[in-house]
Amino acid sequence: MINITVGMATCGVSAGAEKILDTLKGVAKGIPASDVAVAATGCIGMCYREPLVEVSDGKSTFLYADVTEEKAKKIFESHVKDKKSVDEWVIIKNHSEGPEFGYLGKQVKIVLRNCGVIDPDSLDEYLGKDGYKAIKKILAGVTPEQVVEQMIASGLRGRGGGGFSTGMKWKFASMSKGPKKYVICNADEGDPGAFMDRSVLEGDPHSVIEGMMICGYAIGASEGYIYCRAEYPMAVKRLQRSIAVLEEKGMLGDNIFGSKFSFRLKVKEGAGAFVCGEETALISSIEGKRGTPKVRPPYPAAKGLFGKPTNINNVETFANVPWIILNGPEKYAAYGTEKSKGTKVFAIAGKASKAGLVEVPMGISINEIVNEICGGIRGGKKFKGVQMGGPSGGCIPASLADTKIDYEEITKLGAIMGSGGMIVVDEDTCMVELARFFLAFTQNESCGKCTSCRIGTLRMLEILERIVAGKGTEEDIPMLQELAQYIGKASSCGLGTTAPNPVLTTLKYFKDEYLAHIRDHVCPAHSCAALVKFIINPETCTGCTLCARDCPTKAISGERKQPHVVNESLCVKCGKCFTVCNFGAIYKD
Amino acid sequence: MKAKARNADIDISKEFTPEQLKKVDKIIEKFKDRPGALIPVLEEAQMVLEFLPMPILKIIAGGLNLPLSQVYGVVTFYSFFTMTPRGKYTVRVCLGTACYVRGGKAIYDNIKKELNVEEGETTDDRMFTLETVRCIGACGLGPVIFVNDNVHGRLKPAKIKDVLSKYN
Repeated sequence: MINITVGMATCGVSAGAEKILDTLKGVAKGIPASDVAVAATGCIGMCYREPLVEVSDGKSTFLYADVTEEKAKKIFESHVKDKKSVDEWVIIKNHSEGPEFGYLGKQVKIVLRNCGVIDPDSLDEYLGKDGYKAIKKILAGVTPEQVVEQMIASGLRGRGGGGFSTGMKWKFASMSKGPKKYVICNADEGDPGAFMDRSVLEGDPHSVIEGMMICGYAIGASEGYIYCRAEYPMAVKRLQRSIAVLEEKGMLGDNIFGSKFSFRLKVKEGAGAFVCGEETALISSIEGKRGTPKVRPPYPAAKGLFGKPTNINNVETFANVPWIILNGPEKYAAYGTEKSKGTKVFAIAGKASKAGLVEVPMGISINEIVNEICGGIRGGKKFKGVQMGGPSGGCIPASLADTKIDYEEITKLGAIMGSGGMIVVDEDTCMVELARFFLAFTQNESCGKCTSCRIGTLRMLEILERIVAGKGTEEDIPMLQELAQYIGKASSCGLGTTAPNPVLTTLKYFKDEYLAHIRDHVCPAHSCAALVKFIINPETCTGCTLCARDCPTKAISGERKQPHVVNESLCVKCGKCFTVCNFGAIYKD
Repeated sequence: MKAKARNADIDISKEFTPEQLKKVDKIIEKFKDRPGALIPVLEEAQMVLEFLPMPILKIIAGGLNLPLSQVYGVVTFYSFFTMTPRGKYTVRVCLGTACYVRGGKAIYDNIKKELNVEEGETTDDRMFTLETVRCIGACGLGPVIFVNDNVHGRLKPAKIKDVLSKYN
């Protein structure tokens, strides 16, 4: 029996996995299903090598990367007809060896235990991986109080970024009185560069649903909502299909597994507002209102959705829950540091050689993630730092990358753990421009309720725009710091209070870059267009005339087959010549 | 400014077919007494009509018995709703961090030039509407753009023309 699975999460599909699946299904036609099965699976986490195909012949597994239709046919033939693997294309064998094994070696998969392993649309496959055993186990005789205690003992902290103890959160919601309570799963993953939750929802939706059911039982809620951003259509579809199957089987609804516990689940789609990731804004949005945050207290645990006690956790948090219940809180707490237990999923993006999804035990260092798991920086460039926690987080310089992944350690540096986005930046990334980018993001997404956030971030953005245009002054830096302080103190929700973080951390660790822009009118990363000069290297220029023809202002001149030159006074710094040159003869200074 | 007016005086009987308008009534009917109905109604109505001009907002406000101010407030708050007509294809350029550091901005500038529109605008022939998004989670493939539901990854500015020419 040969099992062939194709990674069909958004990243795989974007890379062309659908065609690969069709091709494989096509060549498998006519062969009995008992001999060869072709199926879809979720995200294996190696986004940089998509499309990925895994073949299991019963004895061994073979993972193939960068699969094309041609390659897929050959892989199929080789395995099915010749009973042989195509060794030169195998990147990981038996999940334990092969040229790309380094990417998986240090990972510990709890949240992602089923992602890329099972067909996310198949309830049977989830059941085959101990699925819904945790909820069965507690319904068979564990009290809600005991569930809450186990969650506290596991040390699990909110994976959405806040880092509050999940068990304590459940305890507060369970103590609130009232016949009607709600469980909400926050799947409004909005940080740019973060895609952990999407992968879990697309690759293993049942684990999140089971986690929510356990939470419902623990706090006494009979209804749940999954608030998923509309930018994730595949996740929404998979959730809806999974819920429909469970309802059909009686595993969602009244008296689940013959117990007194009843639970219903709905999926609510977001409508494109970053601030709805904030829990009170999210609640307003489910209620059909503008997603503006409310003042806390009262916390949702006391007064949440439709005024009823509500517990909100994020996708990754819920996906941990069934594992903790089945394996015991001690086993979970064995991973990690003193105060940060378990594992954390990171979405690695930016300039890392291997961009993708990694799940690592807490306590591992940033360096280990970037250099050992993700293979360092692409193109042999110099590692400059990482941006953690999205627009609310901060930049950590390479010199501090030995810092351990731990809520408190990261916070000490001025960044935050956040939901798990980790953008790796190299010497070509301008830190002032990066700070400007994040501030433009929060400025755009500010809901407008608090003046400090609505107008303060705009003023900060104007200053940063001035600096990257080479028009900044020395007074701009203290002004940025002053504004940051006021915005942080005077805004009501997390979006506003953390908005200045990217600016503050880049000022702390990369002040020389700000000063270079202001004093010397130089962008050390050669990235800010206004401060860059384009120069043609006469040694490597072949005189092909491509750049001269493409230049919108006719600033490039030269004879055919002779080195060309850029006329500085006409150049508008659009960078087109730099992009079109086939010989790398144009450089920035 | 292309198609930016709030089109309060748009004649919906000319813009939409009677079937489309009937569907909107049915959507309102379906959600009427449910809590938190407004956003799903707007989402489904926009799927039928493609955009939500003021007269439609009035119909929805009346149908759900909500103040028009609340409906307008919600429509203008969320980036998914639009009050202006849309192109046959929506080009969404990802400007999330990962795409941005890999050159998403150059892709975006190139598309703007190619289509001759600014963000949120629709081309005169109503073929393309240009939007930006903050991360669609395909960071490993950055820079990426969406054309309707199709994702194009690992783009280079020079490839833009090719990609867009596939849509007509």
